[in-house]
Amino acid sequence: MSAQAVIDPAELDEVLARHPQGQPAGLVNLLHDLQAAFRYLPEQALERAAEHLGLSSAEVYGVATFYEGFHLKPRGEHICTVCMGTACHVRGAARLLEQAERDLAVRAGQTTPDLRFTLEQVNCVGACALGPLVILDGKYHGSMAPDRLSRLLGKLSDKKGSK
Amino acid sequence: MARIANAAALAAYRKQQRALRPAERKAIAVCAGTGCKAFGGLEVFEAFRAALDAHGLAKTWDLRATGCHGFCERGPLVLFFPEGRLYQRVKPEDVEEIVTRTLLGGEVLERLLYQDPVTGARHEKEHDIPFYRHQRRLVLAQNGQIDPTSLDDYLVLGGYGGLVKALGMDPAAVVAEVKRAGLRGRGGAGFPTGVKWEICRAAQADQRYVICNADEGDPGAFMDRSVIEGNPHLVLEGMLIGAYAIGASQGHVYIRQEYPLAVERLELALAQARALGLLGQDILGSGFSFDVHVSRGGGAFVCGEESAMIASLEGRRGVPRRRPPYPAAQGLHGKPTNINNVETWATVPIILEKGADWFAAIGTAGSKGTKIFSLVGKVNNTGLVEVPMGITLREIVEVIGGGIPGGKAFKAVQTGGPSGGCLPAEKLDVAVDFDSLVREGAMMGSGGMIVMDEDTCMVDVARYFLGFLKFESCGNCTSCRDGLEQLHALVTDIAEGRATSGTLDLLEELAETIRATSLCALGTTAVNPVQSTLRYFRHEYEAHIRDGRCPAKVCKALIHFSINDKCTGCTLCAKNCPQKCITGERKALHVIDQARCIKCGICRDVCKFAAVDVQ
Repeated sequence: MSAQAVIDPAELDEVLARHPQGQPAGLVNLLHDLQAAFRYLPEQALERAAEHLGLSSAEVYGVATFYEGFHLKPRGEHICTVCMGTACHVRGAARLLEQAERDLAVRAGQTTPDLRFTLEQVNCVGACALGPLVILDGKYHGSMAPDRLSRLLGKLSDKKGSK
Repeated sequence: MARIANAAALAAYRKQQRALRPAERKAIAVCAGTGCKAFGGLEVFEAFRAALDAHGLAKTWDLRATGCHGFCERGPLVLFFPEGRLYQRVKPEDVEEIVTRTLLGGEVLERLLYQDPVTGARHEKEHDIPFYRHQRRLVLAQNGQIDPTSLDDYLVLGGYGGLVKALGMDPAAVVAEVKRAGLRGRGGAGFPTGVKWEICRAAQADQRYVICNADEGDPGAFMDRSVIEGNPHLVLEGMLIGAYAIGASQGHVYIRQEYPLAVERLELALAQARALGLLGQDILGSGFSFDVHVSRGGGAFVCGEESAMIASLEGRRGVPRRRPPYPAAQGLHGKPTNINNVETWATVPIILEKGADWFAAIGTAGSKGTKIFSLVGKVNNTGLVEVPMGITLREIVEVIGGGIPGGKAFKAVQTGGPSGGCLPAEKLDVAVDFDSLVREGAMMGSGGMIVMDEDTCMVDVARYFLGFLKFESCGNCTSCRDGLEQLHALVTDIAEGRATSGTLDLLEELAETIRATSLCALGTTAVNPVQSTLRYFRHEYEAHIRDGRCPAKVCKALIHFSINDKCTGCTLCAKNCPQKCITGERKALHVIDQARCIKCGICRDVCKFAAVDVQ
């Protein structure tokens, strides 16, 4: 990310205030809360987190990049998550991911340049009876097929963005 | 709610709650587990609420949104008490009719009953359905009955009775009871729980910790999620008993961030228990103090490993360290720490309540009690099943699971998560217990059980698991980090037709090296999918290598699609082809341009005339 995103400093202060200062053990939970507030982890937030807990930037960066659940780049307005768990895999999840990659012209883990869509894969959400499963903006769509996924994505991209 | 000062006050409170809701009271339990919710369970719940109000029945019928009932395949599920009648695949549109005809008219709606696909018989009662009849539900027993957001529901069914018993015993006697029960860890390794507690208890320290491992990372497994979402107080009660036995004053639940509802349920349960004085200082006047903190994982599979989990709880990268010292001696913040899995903790109150002898009478000589499996994949009755140890794989897959859908042939059942093993049809009569599964080259693991049929390619399965594990390798050990990368590349060569006669030898040698030289269980067991598929399905590897053929027609490089003369020229395939590489006139035979085909298989899916072949 070249341009530094503008984040609300008051909101940043508010999140930090919920976590005790100088206690590095709280780092993972703090990162979760920061991400919940900003939808990703802006550089500025990571710097402040380091300062707040008494850690180096490198330590915070190391943790933030270690865990799959943390995002260092802004995410799209719509999040499309394809479950790649075993149950979904044997029911054809790979084909869903390929379909979404074709439709959105991004690879798994990437966001479209217009910040409309982020395509993600998840290892299992434990809803195996519904497999293969795609989660679109938090809503579970079970027994998914490539052509149906295409239509769902098409519907979302036709709509004007909410912003 | 006022704080409860002692066991007598809890008994009085329980009695008062029971009087408010006698067992014979009529109740409707709508499953609000993840599966049923996705099928529209909450809409069904809301429809019931509105209909009960409209008919003035809200006072005569209790309505509850419960945790997972297990039979996810047939959701949304609605149970009626006290009869135990089960309606399945209920839609909001059905609710009005249910209220007028069943609740008011006493009539059974045949079409909403479960119908046995083999015999055609309809079953009215939940416990008559084969899926449930052959289970033995201890940990999941209350899942369909209680509202997981209500501590009172849990208390009415006897909740926290195990804790009261434990607090009346010497802590060492509680450890002895769990040891005598023969409980072994449900997280995968099967280490005797009582022994683990004893070691931690014996460690000299001013502070000890207990941790609940709810980092259910195995794909295809959702037992722990369902237990926490459906009955959070059961897990909490187990932790309280364990903490009392071990002498710990602080507990942590380390839970996957992918499970937001479970986190919410736990937080609520903790707040309720604190308000009632079941957590905090001087619990029930026993002098024992304990509290629990919930920590969310960051989405790293390796954090299910004890030492990596501790690192993560300390705010660091979840990288395992060398053991010993084991966490029981030196764990969280350097203090003795006992880590058990969700299901293990949830079993503890049952042992205390019913006694070690009662518990030990269930199961086999070496594996006591029950185990929950998430039965998924190519099986008719997907869902959560709790079975006594020692049951055969065949009973689970064929009787409880109802066999394979679409008349396909069974190929394998995979147990033990990504680093487990695949067992073929000849092994279906193996008893499901810790030791038998290991003997056959699989393992119990945390309880994922994935059924595969003839359309599953075992080379592709091995490649899938290796892909998962190489991605999840923390990168600490060279053999795991780089070895799995190479192992994956070798299997990919096989799947894509580049392998030579020497590839299998190389694969076996490398697998053994990774097993021998990795630090933690992720690395040492990561080769299981390769070794177990080679052991039982070597012929599939050989077909790929020698004949350039994928027998299950899965591996893309080795298959191609073509259109046969059943084609009616309906143009549906051409319209849906993402490559636009299918051509043909309306009402004339279509043709696939093989050079541009990406083998996505969509044409085969959409064709209504079985005119697309795959070879």
